[in-house]
Amino acid sequence: MLIPCPVCGPRDSREFTCKGHAVTLARPQADAPPEAWDAYLHLRDNPAGPTRELWHHNAGCTAWLVVERNTVTHAVTGARLAGEVAAR
Amino acid sequence: MAELIAKSPAHGLVPVETAGARLTEAPLAPIWSIAPLRGKTEAVSDALEQGHGLPFPAPGTLHAFQGVRIAWSGLDQAFLMGASPAPELSRDAALSDQSDGWAHMILEGSAARAVLARLVPIDLAPAACPPGSARRTLLGHMHTLILHPGGDRFELLVFRSMAETAVHEVARAMTAVAARAAIGD
Repeated sequence: MLIPCPVCGPRDSREFTCKGHAVTLARPQADAPPEAWDAYLHLRDNPAGPTRELWHHNAGCTAWLVVERNTVTHAVTGARLAGEVAAR
Repeated sequence: MAELIAKSPAHGLVPVETAGARLTEAPLAPIWSIAPLRGKTEAVSDALEQGHGLPFPAPGTLHAFQGVRIAWSGLDQAFLMGASPAPELSRDAALSDQSDGWAHMILEGSAARAVLARLVPIDLAPAACPPGSARRTLLGHMHTLILHPGGDRFELLVFRSMAETAVHEVARAMTAVAARAAIGD
């Protein structure tokens, strides 16, 4: 599996570590209701199809990426710097 | 007074020589990490030009000027090699002396690319890795910074504690490539 790192170009997946769904980019406010924190910490979808995940290019440029991939076909359709996604 | 013995990271492990490839250790030299503060990359690049005649490198590139080099070494980070950073650089960048943290080996020869192809998951052919390249990737299971100044020369930097493993891995690949060549592929 190749992941198109926006900094390094396409790289083998062995250079990356997957953290999980990119939901962790949207941290609730400190005073958000317990339900929001429960969902943020524990509740995850298990999609058959497109998904957005956080991957760390730990053996490359060390950037955090938001990788879009399809869990059914294993196609990787995009990757962007998490810092840029979070700043929007 | 005790006399301390200075030892380089790969002391006693190199040179290793096989048909077409030679592994040696680079002379000890200062390595400084330069990490521009947020939004200060351009200011840092200007200060580097002033102080060292070198730009802040674009991702994947290596520059040299009068015996001092600068290599891209990760997101928003570069290694200045062969000199201490000019004082003005501390204004807009985080600087750290990493000279003692790295083992710096040189692999050269006509078989160098074939040797690294056994250990490194990226393309090091001239079209994909031209002279003046710097790559962060893996050497076996080790994180590495590979510098390619040109020709058949590749410089391998690994964390100092992994020097022995790195030499072992590269030497084993060198032996295998030479054995394969000896029996006519």
